[in-house]
Amino acid sequence: MSGVEPMFPSPSSGAHVNAVHDPFHGDLLEVSMGPHHPSTHGVFRMMVTLDGETIVKLKPVFGYLHRNHEKLGENTSYLGSMPYTDRLDYLNSMTNNWAYALAVEKLAGQPVPERAEYLRVILAELTRLLNHVCLAGFLLQDTGASGTPLMYAFREREKILDLFESLSGSRMMCNYQRFGGCRVDASPEWLAGAQTITNNFGRFLDEYEELITGNEIMMARTQGVGALTPELAISAGITGPMLRATGVNYDLRKVDAYGVYSRFDFRVPLGDHGDTYDRYMIRILEMRESIKILQQALPALPAGPIMDPKAKIRGFRPKAGEAYGRIEGPKGEIGFYLISDGSPNPYRYRVRPPSLVNLTVLEDMCLGQTIADAVIILGSVDIVLGEVDR
Amino acid sequence: MTDAARPEPTEPAPGAHLVTEAERDELRRHGILLTKLEEIVNLGRSKSVWPLQFGLACCAIEMIAASMARFDIARFGSEVFRPSPRQADLLIVSGTVTKKMAPQVVRLWNQMPEPKYCIAMGACAISGGPFKQGYNVLKGIDRFIPVDVYIPGCPPRPEALLHGLLQLQEQIRTQKSSGPNVARHLRPGDRCDYAVPEFGERDLEPPANPAVWQAPSIVRNEKA
Amino acid sequence: MMETLEQVRDRLLARFPGGEVTLIANPGPAAQHSLALGLNQAAAMALFLRDDPDLRLDYCSNVTGVDWPEKEIVESTKVTVPDPAGGPAKVVEQKTKRIQPGYLEVVYHLYSMALKHGPVIVRLRTGNRHDQVTVPSFTPVWRSCEFQEREVFDLFGVKFSDHPDLRRILMWDEFTAHPMRKDYVEPDDYEWEPTPHGTVLEKAKAHYPATAVAAPTAAVGAAHHTPAAAAVTTAAPVVRSDTGLETRATPAPKEGTP
Repeated sequence: MSGVEPMFPSPSSGAHVNAVHDPFHGDLLEVSMGPHHPSTHGVFRMMVTLDGETIVKLKPVFGYLHRNHEKLGENTSYLGSMPYTDRLDYLNSMTNNWAYALAVEKLAGQPVPERAEYLRVILAELTRLLNHVCLAGFLLQDTGASGTPLMYAFREREKILDLFESLSGSRMMCNYQRFGGCRVDASPEWLAGAQTITNNFGRFLDEYEELITGNEIMMARTQGVGALTPELAISAGITGPMLRATGVNYDLRKVDAYGVYSRFDFRVPLGDHGDTYDRYMIRILEMRESIKILQQALPALPAGPIMDPKAKIRGFRPKAGEAYGRIEGPKGEIGFYLISDGSPNPYRYRVRPPSLVNLTVLEDMCLGQTIADAVIILGSVDIVLGEVDR
Repeated sequence: MTDAARPEPTEPAPGAHLVTEAERDELRRHGILLTKLEEIVNLGRSKSVWPLQFGLACCAIEMIAASMARFDIARFGSEVFRPSPRQADLLIVSGTVTKKMAPQVVRLWNQMPEPKYCIAMGACAISGGPFKQGYNVLKGIDRFIPVDVYIPGCPPRPEALLHGLLQLQEQIRTQKSSGPNVARHLRPGDRCDYAVPEFGERDLEPPANPAVWQAPSIVRNEKA
Repeated sequence: MMETLEQVRDRLLARFPGGEVTLIANPGPAAQHSLALGLNQAAAMALFLRDDPDLRLDYCSNVTGVDWPEKEIVESTKVTVPDPAGGPAKVVEQKTKRIQPGYLEVVYHLYSMALKHGPVIVRLRTGNRHDQVTVPSFTPVWRSCEFQEREVFDLFGVKFSDHPDLRRILMWDEFTAHPMRKDYVEPDDYEWEPTPHGTVLEKAKAHYPATAVAAPTAAVGAAHHTPAAAAVTTAAPVVRSDTGLETRATPAPKEGTP
């Protein structure tokens, strides 16, 4: 109908191999990995077709955690969806909250006081630390380093979760942001605790890197595995650390400069090869940049209200219209697209999930690799199924 | 699942009630442990429950956290998360069971060897939780498999999981190896094949397993 | 700075003489206006948007569907009717009803990674919600549309021509409905809810016996909230009906979607 030649055609199409005997490859083996598989980070399933140990076809199967987030969002009020966003990407509830609050604030033209903007930056960067350190732990778990790296990662994660808990009342599901500000204010003691964690995190990273980064097995397993070209990454809509590992300089904190990010001095680490090792290293470097942002934001936190005094909590009805708001989440661009028809519930509530879009190129990265590498490549994509399937 | 095959013994076991609890305690003070085989076996079983390494959603993260350094589920003998259902004793349904996932969960349960136990962790696994209005969300895993311990919370804290595990251990310790209250896996009628639902055009077929779960009939006085 | 959406529209119209491009204004404070593309040349226009050196919208971020069902619009107009008796003219309100046809919409949010601008929002609209639901796929232009268009197909029922692998993505293959449509009726599995409230309580009530039969009042009063109390009610000598099985026998509610 259109006759457009695809620049990056999908490597293969269709659900399953029809015949396991292929005249060119000989006997192929079709393996269903998941949805119960210890290394698929949840209930993700890959239909992998193997020639010996080499992958010749890989089809992801989604939907095992399709919790109808968008339908629920359309049946509840704007604020009623805020706790659900916690459960999208359940490692990073704070950034999900922020992305949703940002979209609604765009929809309603709602300003945010400066102190709340700073708090949002602080919490988002703490979330980024938390997410990246867990990713590194899980990735190492996938390479076979069972236990130790993940234990180290979770030790640090618990410290940050303690901060979140003392601020919002919940470890994981913070439900913290509101349209026009934040829910509770941070006390000076809390800020001191956040400062201590920030000061110590660099030392932890040094320790962690000493353990992992130069490790020979780690390098052998990840370097040159699952390489991605920048052209394909852009076309496939890859965002976040995975995109920057291919060398594309696109960080929404710089591009959109939402919130108060333009006031902080930080760099955007870029990779060179786009392989699994680069994706790991980008996250380590991003954590160091996050520490830098935290070191600037924590002392500069201005006094003032945390909620816009004109913000409406009850009876919130934005005018008819639509808005798309996006932020740089730890996994990539997380966006919310909202259509309002003037009623208390959104007419259309859509989550742009970074994890799902980042999986578009999973097959391209895995073709020609061995089945053991597919596990690591998937680990380096950094997916959370709550967000992939919603 | 009737108990007709095993009639209740009319005579008490020989030697029963000869030793009172006080005398047992007295003997224990002298270093002599007098117990029943059932009790010692149950004690051993309850302290080495191996869970299946099976995460569904948000609760799975807290399950992992429970097995990490701070909460350390190893203190209670359950640190050995087995990737294969054939080697596991405990299915922790940690998170939302969607209708697309439900057949797989039942299949995993069928593949686990007896004696096996099931913990429904979190509001979603109990009733659908916050997502229960979703068209693809199963309103509680107990519609398809029997559940031993329910842990409320969204998500439950790791401590809550540990508490649930202790409750399960308590249940295992009091399981009977004979008599009318014999444990489920020792009943003659119990077979390991729970019906696996099929995907239908609109819903699972059937939407619940009537052998496991039936909707309680609730009568409510409507205000006139 | 990127050129305005009006300029983009005019350039598209100049480049594609037979094509249709409509500017859809967004009245909200976000003021993210969008372009509705005619279906016949939409794929070529998308290619132009991607490759034009001034636009270079090389990154398609978000793809989503929107369902706009048929709407009955009642318009009231005031008509002055002269009084035949010669008195002062009466003002009569006349109501006219018209049916606004329904359609499905696919919305694309385009950005440029090379020039770091955006978004340009592009909309494709189907003819109706039943049989004219095919739109050209943008997957050949942007690979990122692949899974998201499959999702729109799954949840909204929009068909994409030229999509390499158009299958259901979130629901299972045997599923027949499109659940994100506004008129979707979900399966009735609210036989019993442990803690019903709000709409769930309303749905669960459909399964309760119609009349209360001599139930212990204390248990009935508490049954609204706790499963334990509900169990007490079950044990009470009331008419026990296996509601779960009965509801299975009743036919599923008919769905509005074809």
